Amino acid sequence: MSLKDRVERCLGDYATAFVECRGDLCVEVPVEDVLKVIASLKDELGFDFLSDLFGVDNSVLFEKKAKAAKKKKKAEDEALPGDDVPPPPRFEVNYLLLSLERNERLQVKIRVPEDKPEVDSVTGIWKAATWPEREVYDMYGIKFKGHPDLRRLLMWDEFPAYPLRKDYPLEGQGEERHLSYTTTES
Amino acid sequence: MGFQAYGGNGWLLTKMEQLINWGRSRSPWPLPYGTACCGIEMMAALAAGYDLGRFGAERPSFSPRQADVLIEAGTITKKMVPILKKIYDQMAEPKWVIAMGACACSGGVFRTYSTLQGIDNVIPVDVYVPGCPPRPEGLIYALMKVMEKIENDHPLRKHALDLVEG
Ligand code: SF4
Repeated sequence: MSLKDRVERCLGDYATAFVECRGDLCVEVPVEDVLKVIASLKDELGFDFLSDLFGVDNSVLFEKKAKAAKKKKKAEDEALPGDDVPPPPRFEVNYLLLSLERNERLQVKIRVPEDKPEVDSVTGIWKAATWPEREVYDMYGIKFKGHPDLRRLLMWDEFPAYPLRKDYPLEGQGEERHLSYTTTES
Repeated sequence: MGFQAYGGNGWLLTKMEQLINWGRSRSPWPLPYGTACCGIEMMAALAAGYDLGRFGAERPSFSPRQADVLIEAGTITKKMVPILKKIYDQMAEPKWVIAMGACACSGGVFRTYSTLQGIDNVIPVDVYVPGCPPRPEGLIYALMKVMEKIENDHPLRKHALDLVEG
């Protein structure tokens, strides 16, 4: 049985989409079911190792796609009024799973909307997710419910923005680290 | 300037300032503060091949309190700034700073939200070493420049001025 079939059978309706690219399988699941999905993948299919967890901001990609689609539509039929399909949620969180026993890899993807950037933390299943989740929180502002210690990982605590969001300028917005450190003599 | 002295059997006549400068410039103990790839080049300069010890930088001092020259080799992120400042403040006077590499001098290729655009935003720098990374020869040259600077210093005059003003 191929990996895809097994995943399909294991997840049932939870799997909303499959993408296969150069031999790697990616399965998309609803954001609220991520804990159940990850747990059953671990227990039933033997994906016992979390090799990475990362976020993606798709806003620019979606904008470009929408523009291209509009152009195409215009060229095809000018008369039809454009029925705007709402774009998919802006953020993604991806889990890269590895089965050490069978040497299989699987990518689990959830899409997180901008207005409710909340995901259940998988730290209860994999302790290894602690820092990656903190990084995703730091860079994209996605909150992980149930995370034991959700602080920024790379930027300092008072940093006011989420720098890997596409609307954040590369050179920053002039944030400077406030030099607060204590000396013994004052 | 150099060290001028008159000597004979059992005696030596020179200026106090020159004696102090001679001592200081011949023992610039470095504090190796390598935060990125430039650190590797600094290690090469300190190790046997280039042997910074020939110039009196014999003992890399990992405690800031016993160091004279802070060699800042590598990128400083803004998160790192308080630590750099703290280390600099912990060093006892007199102290000198070498900014090694494009990153330490100006932020280098990292013109981003997270990188400090030159450590001279936070601490005073005596010698800048350009390059990405500079070769160990560059660091050695910088250390010789620091020694030159020390030799042209007037430690006692400064002290006297402090006394007058203070
Ligand atoms: S100047 Fe170049 S070699 Fe040195 S720390 Fe920066 S990037 Fe690395």
